[in-house]
Amino acid sequence: MTRVLLELRDIVKTFGSVKALDRASLTLRAGEIHALMGENGAGKSTLIKVLTGVHAPDAGTIVLDGKPIAPRSPREAEQAGISTVYQEVNLIPTLSIADNLLLGRQPTRLGWIRRRELVRRAEAAVARLGLEIDVTRAVGACPLAIQQMVAIARALDIRARVLVLDEPTSSLDEREVASLFDLLRRLRGEGLAIVLVTHFLDQVYAVSDRITVLRNGAFVGEHETSELPRRRLIEAMLGRDFGDEADARPAAAAAATGKRLLEARGIGRRGLLSPIDLALSEGEIVGLAGLLGAGRTETARLLFGLEAADSGAITIGGQAAVLRSPRDAMGKGLAFCSEDRRAEGILPHLSVRENLILAMQAGRGPWRLLPRREQDALVDHYIRALGIKAPSPEAPIHTLSGGNQQKVLLARALATQPKILLLDEPTRGIDVGAKLEIERLVRSLRERGMSVLFISSDLDELVRTCGRVAVLRDRRKVGELAGDDVRPDKILSVIAHEHDAA
Amino acid sequence: MSTTRPDPLHPDPLHKLRAYFAGFPLLWPLVGLAALLLFNVVYHPGFLALEVRDGHLYGTPVDLLHQGAKGILLAIGMTLVIASGGIDLSVGSVMALAGAAAALLAKRADLPLVAVIVLPLLLAAIAGLWNGLLVTRIGIQPIIATLVLMTSGRGLAMLLTGGQNPAFDRSGFIFLGNGHLLGLPFTIYLVAAALTTAGLLLRRTALGLFLESTGDNERASRASGVDARLVKTAVYVVSGVCAGLAGLVATSNIKQADPIRTGEMMELDAIFAVVVGGTALTGGRFTLAGSVVGALLIQTLTQTMFYLGVPPPIAPVPKAIIVLAVCLLQSAGFRRDVVGLVKRPIRR
Repeated sequence: MTRVLLELRDIVKTFGSVKALDRASLTLRAGEIHALMGENGAGKSTLIKVLTGVHAPDAGTIVLDGKPIAPRSPREAEQAGISTVYQEVNLIPTLSIADNLLLGRQPTRLGWIRRRELVRRAEAAVARLGLEIDVTRAVGACPLAIQQMVAIARALDIRARVLVLDEPTSSLDEREVASLFDLLRRLRGEGLAIVLVTHFLDQVYAVSDRITVLRNGAFVGEHETSELPRRRLIEAMLGRDFGDEADARPAAAAAATGKRLLEARGIGRRGLLSPIDLALSEGEIVGLAGLLGAGRTETARLLFGLEAADSGAITIGGQAAVLRSPRDAMGKGLAFCSEDRRAEGILPHLSVRENLILAMQAGRGPWRLLPRREQDALVDHYIRALGIKAPSPEAPIHTLSGGNQQKVLLARALATQPKILLLDEPTRGIDVGAKLEIERLVRSLRERGMSVLFISSDLDELVRTCGRVAVLRDRRKVGELAGDDVRPDKILSVIAHEHDAA
Repeated sequence: MSTTRPDPLHPDPLHKLRAYFAGFPLLWPLVGLAALLLFNVVYHPGFLALEVRDGHLYGTPVDLLHQGAKGILLAIGMTLVIASGGIDLSVGSVMALAGAAAALLAKRADLPLVAVIVLPLLLAAIAGLWNGLLVTRIGIQPIIATLVLMTSGRGLAMLLTGGQNPAFDRSGFIFLGNGHLLGLPFTIYLVAAALTTAGLLLRRTALGLFLESTGDNERASRASGVDARLVKTAVYVVSGVCAGLAGLVATSNIKQADPIRTGEMMELDAIFAVVVGGTALTGGRFTLAGSVVGALLIQTLTQTMFYLGVPPPIAPVPKAIIVLAVCLLQSAGFRRDVVGLVKRPIRR
């Protein structure tokens, strides 16, 4: 428990004019689960990329087992015993699970792959995770959660001494998280050092032994998890006094009584969502709660015209609306932020500016290009209003951290000046600071009369933000809570079907 | 990584220059073109000479632009298709098709010149629309969808002409590919007009943004309200019209239709031009200027082979080598490796 296995000391890394890491440090002991915490842009991802050989540090040392190492590629890092599962699942969708698991290490005979041996080893690898899946299935055909588990299984299969998990649980449901944590504890028992990057505080306290906090690329402190109260942790991450925001349910979340903006009656689509009713009023934030796959995302997609409903009717502002495409929906004053930032959100190689103005410009049509000066002013406004950290408005958006990308996408939706905003997991995969900023922003939108549909897996967040929460289970709506009933335990009991809710 | 890090003790004198050119993707295609021109000048000192005869400007540079007109026209359309994430293999055949139609119409003295020009372009636009609908409505991969017309387009052209190569004597139409205006070949004005139109439409409206966003991430663009399907259909129509225009020029050049030879292999030259010019085949960001440089590079290569007396059947080989060289020059990874070979390794 006390033997130091790996030490990163005073790592410095600069990208252009941005100092991503400024003397960041991390000390890992064999047989521990170590949470690496910090705000957006605190340098967690960069530090991990230095450790795994993706980035070469400008200064600082990495010592593994008493010997300095300088991995120059993920492959070199793997050979040294450092394996990684990245935040964004990096698998080849058209190959089978077995192929993905053993990619580059397939058992061969005379250069030919031994299929049967391949499948056998893959099955052993997923069995170790407690998964029962057909390893000959194509990865792309599996749900995101399974893909994540495959990525973890892939990292574990190499004889790793250090396992790095960057946001491993962001797409897993509670049961899957629990089985992952069981596994991590078992691996800890085997003497593995595990680095866990996550934004779920509950999970940090559930599973980690020690916490290292980074802020602005620098080392802030290392603590025993059991000796660090949550409040102190958050304060260390933010570097400021945090107030009661994290716990209290602000008055702003109270139910609104404005006029009806959107009413959906019996909308659904076979195989996607059983018909549900949902209403949104002016100045109201309505939450959608439920487990992964409960139909939350599908509801938002139907409302935004990304999927065509085959039943029910939608009225917007008192008038019947037919939403066949996002363009139709945007024309009626809706805006949408997808949960899948990479596939359905960012235009990776285009600039922050272009990403930000896209939806607004699409609303104006092709012929009325917003003059460049006004574009720059708009982008400047949102960069300041949302605190977006970018080297420049002209930087490609893929160079930004996940949280900052999310803020750009939020700005993209806001720039269309919507009356109704559909947010699907807007705080997923981003850190506490940015999360609170986004929650605060959403509440301020409510005060300006906007109506927000807020999808989140984080019950506390729903409670903090929403005046009313609709609960989905198994692709149907199973309840709705309002006023003082909006409490995590109540939501949970509806999700868990403990008793019939209103 | 270590070779690119600034070294405070031995400052890189080229650092500023390098930083400047990093934001200038046209550099390497231009270097390739310049090198090729230089080679020609050394080999043929009179290569860049210009002279005025009968009030017309003559010389190899003018010739390059005149002969390169068809390639540039194709490259404009191809740039847009590639930016959308697709590819158009049918442009050579569409050239032949539009050319055959134009030759037949030009033979009929009762038709106004406008009809001789516009109707074949309309036909080319329909051909492009066909490609676009195959891609966006039926969901066929662009390379296969456009292969259909690539193989059948020449057949259609043959059907139109009844297997003949009809010749025509229509001065207005012949002017298109052979005439001079203010001392310069008319084709140069045609290309300039096409480029200006494309440039204005793409950069002064939001069309360029919608095209780049669609090519970069179609789903995200659709979710942002961009009509990605319309964008993707439109680029094939534009590519068809560009090919039609090139077909008119080619047909006017030789004063007759030639369904077999018109635009032969030109689809590949057009793709080369776009890629060499710096637009990635994966779609998204595009550069029209790069594609023009790319097309000129290909034209210069063709002309160089001609001057060197390389027999036409062999000419594609040195041509391919040069294209490969320019592609490698464009690759940052390759350049770094070469620099790494030349420079002494830095001690870690």
